Amino acid sequence: MAPSPTPTTTSPSARRAPLAAARRPARAAGAALLPLVLLASGCGYLAGETGGGGADPGSAACEPYAQWQDIGGSVEMYGPIRDDEAERLRQAWQEFSDCTGIAIDYEGSGEFEAQIQVKVDGGNAPDIAIFPQPGLLARFVESGDALPLPDGAADLAREGWTEDWLSYVEHDGELYATPQASNVKSLVWYSPTVFEENGYEVPRTWDAMIDLSDTMAGDGLKPWCAGIESGEATGWPATDWLENAVLREHGPDVYDQWVEHEIPFDDPKIVESLERVDGILRNPDYVNGGHGGVKSIATTSQQDAGLPVNEGECGMYMMGSFYAANWPEDTDISEGGDIYAFNLPAIDEEVGTPIVGGGEFAAAFTDRPEVVAVQEYLATVGFADSRASLGRWFSAHRDADLELLENPIDRLSAELLRDPDVVFRWDGGDNMPAAVGSGTFWRGMTDWINGKGTEETLTYIEDSW
Amino acid sequence: MGFDLLSELPKLLWLVIGVAGFLAVFGVLLLAVDRGPRTRREWWQAACFLGPAALLLLVGLVYPVVRTTVLSFMDGPGQAWVGLRNYAWMFTRPEILVVLRNTLLWVLVAPALATATGLVYAVLVDRARYESLAKSLLFMPMAISFVGASIIWKFVYAHRPAGSDQIGLLNQVWTLLGGEPRLWLLDQPLNTLLLIVILIWIQAGFAMVILSAAIKAIPTDIIEAARIDGVSPLQLFWRVTLPMIWPTVAVVLITISVQTLKVFDIVRTVTGGQFSTSVIANEMYNQAFRYGELGQGSALAVFLFVLVVPLVLIQIRSTRRSREAQ
Repeated sequence: MAPSPTPTTTSPSARRAPLAAARRPARAAGAALLPLVLLASGCGYLAGETGGGGADPGSAACEPYAQWQDIGGSVEMYGPIRDDEAERLRQAWQEFSDCTGIAIDYEGSGEFEAQIQVKVDGGNAPDIAIFPQPGLLARFVESGDALPLPDGAADLAREGWTEDWLSYVEHDGELYATPQASNVKSLVWYSPTVFEENGYEVPRTWDAMIDLSDTMAGDGLKPWCAGIESGEATGWPATDWLENAVLREHGPDVYDQWVEHEIPFDDPKIVESLERVDGILRNPDYVNGGHGGVKSIATTSQQDAGLPVNEGECGMYMMGSFYAANWPEDTDISEGGDIYAFNLPAIDEEVGTPIVGGGEFAAAFTDRPEVVAVQEYLATVGFADSRASLGRWFSAHRDADLELLENPIDRLSAELLRDPDVVFRWDGGDNMPAAVGSGTFWRGMTDWINGKGTEETLTYIEDSW
Repeated sequence: MGFDLLSELPKLLWLVIGVAGFLAVFGVLLLAVDRGPRTRREWWQAACFLGPAALLLLVGLVYPVVRTTVLSFMDGPGQAWVGLRNYAWMFTRPEILVVLRNTLLWVLVAPALATATGLVYAVLVDRARYESLAKSLLFMPMAISFVGASIIWKFVYAHRPAGSDQIGLLNQVWTLLGGEPRLWLLDQPLNTLLLIVILIWIQAGFAMVILSAAIKAIPTDIIEAARIDGVSPLQLFWRVTLPMIWPTVAVVLITISVQTLKVFDIVRTVTGGQFSTSVIANEMYNQAFRYGELGQGSALAVFLFVLVVPLVLIQIRSTRRSREAQ
């Protein structure tokens, strides 16, 4: 930094001449004032920087937004969605912003889970935050920071989504957030081409799936690949396996009891389910197609893990619907193409195939009129369709237009989610206390892959709760 | 998105505002000093110049220390008192004990090895041909951030199944020697040692530069006298060089020890604290910010603080002693 030009009290000229001494305070005052002026004008420029919208509020395109006109202002939004996906989000509400003059200032962060707490504690809460986990939102509901949905938005949400969905953001009879994106985590990715060439058939039961795995192993194809490395979230794909197995083997009631800690984490039923997963994930004959031995699961990234399916080195990969974005660009994802997915088959016919899934919720920390308007807009099917038409996104909204979903996996998932007969359960880990759901559960499953005993692992997680 | 000067303009403006703000504070301060009372002038000047620093120290250091200590006796959300429960938790939970063990391993191994590497290198290249070139080679990793270095080393430890091309340097060498490719980062405590190597790689250059300067400062007449007495090079090192530069070695050891105690980036980048490699700083962050367990996170922070304090005290004392000696 350059030294300050400010004259100091020991300036030699000042010491010598009394006349100069009289001028000295004036010079010092000038030196102090100049930066202050700079400061004020700079801040003024930044404050007046926000630009206005361009669309004509009276035009036909603005018809759907008529109720929110004449509000204006700007809304600060914070969420875990970044880069390309954040850009699509901005595009999705662009028309709303243009027509109503309400600017939505979205900021995405890879550290959302940790930073939202810091922001709220520091008095810097955003107007609206997009939560990827209802458990995290519940923390802010308890502390009184998050506000219940305004009536308009709550009515829209109740019209649009099933009870199963809304139950995750309902506290004491009040809704706190509107569902946004959704995903399905019970999918098994496979290659229809490879299946056809070898005469394999998509299994309808868990036992058939194990038989198929044995057949593949006999043919010299590793039937499964997996990878749980995901930075500080390492371990979560393995928890999805356990959650799916518990839900399919023992049904939604036991699943709920387990997630809410009404039965111990290491209940014999859960041990039974993890042993079932053990038969696949830690079976050296079954894994890890294209990546090495069982333990390579721990160091293979969740993004890379499924790619050998496309190269014919691995038979099946269980991963959520969002994995569609990870395949190479020219991959034909369709029922008869290179890659497709089936719903993880039923273990118990009476339980059937309930869905484990997840998604995002938008909740507000303030209730200014423009924030309420955005909350209402986010709850409309119009927003869901607007965002869905931009690709790689689908909502579980009942009236969402499936024709807009260009990706067949998104369509398959959306169909599964809106089927009134299908039972939906949120990814259990997200609803456990964070220290368990994103702490010891992930860590325990990682250690389990690395060779720790099944019961020992579950007891370790139980002890941490 | 490319670089657009116009869209970056607000950032530049913030920079200008920052500099201007600094100058403004400075100007006002000088004005205050100038306008101060004529009596007890020294006292007034000292208060003006030390005041801002003391205030920042109070806000930025003393207050957080007190608050963290208070929080460490409270529960997760920081609402109810729990006494010593968080500390009991820290010393009984098996995974936290592993964290403490790892931190101990780091502190015992990393500073000693980094200093030793730097010292041996400094002695070996001293007065050799191309000395500056050799020194800059070891010093270069210092310029790489911890996260950058960790990503580089993550590739070194990478694993590919047997039969395919190894992209990890370590596994490539290992297979050339006839071994099976290994998942280096999975087996404890080897994985922690492999992480320590990264810190040594970064810090050895720092140790080397400081120690090399100390070696050069040894008066030549002492070395010549020893030579005339007929010492072997090894004797020269143990009996003359090392005792002469010992105060500097101590400073380097302590500086790297403090660095080691707060190591966070390496562990987080390479393993994310998985596979029993987590250290205190990492676990503190996890507990306080990811799990919302403020009490437990604060207890870990206080413990880390307690560990660092003696090192800082030793550092201050040795600096004071060497200043008195001069």
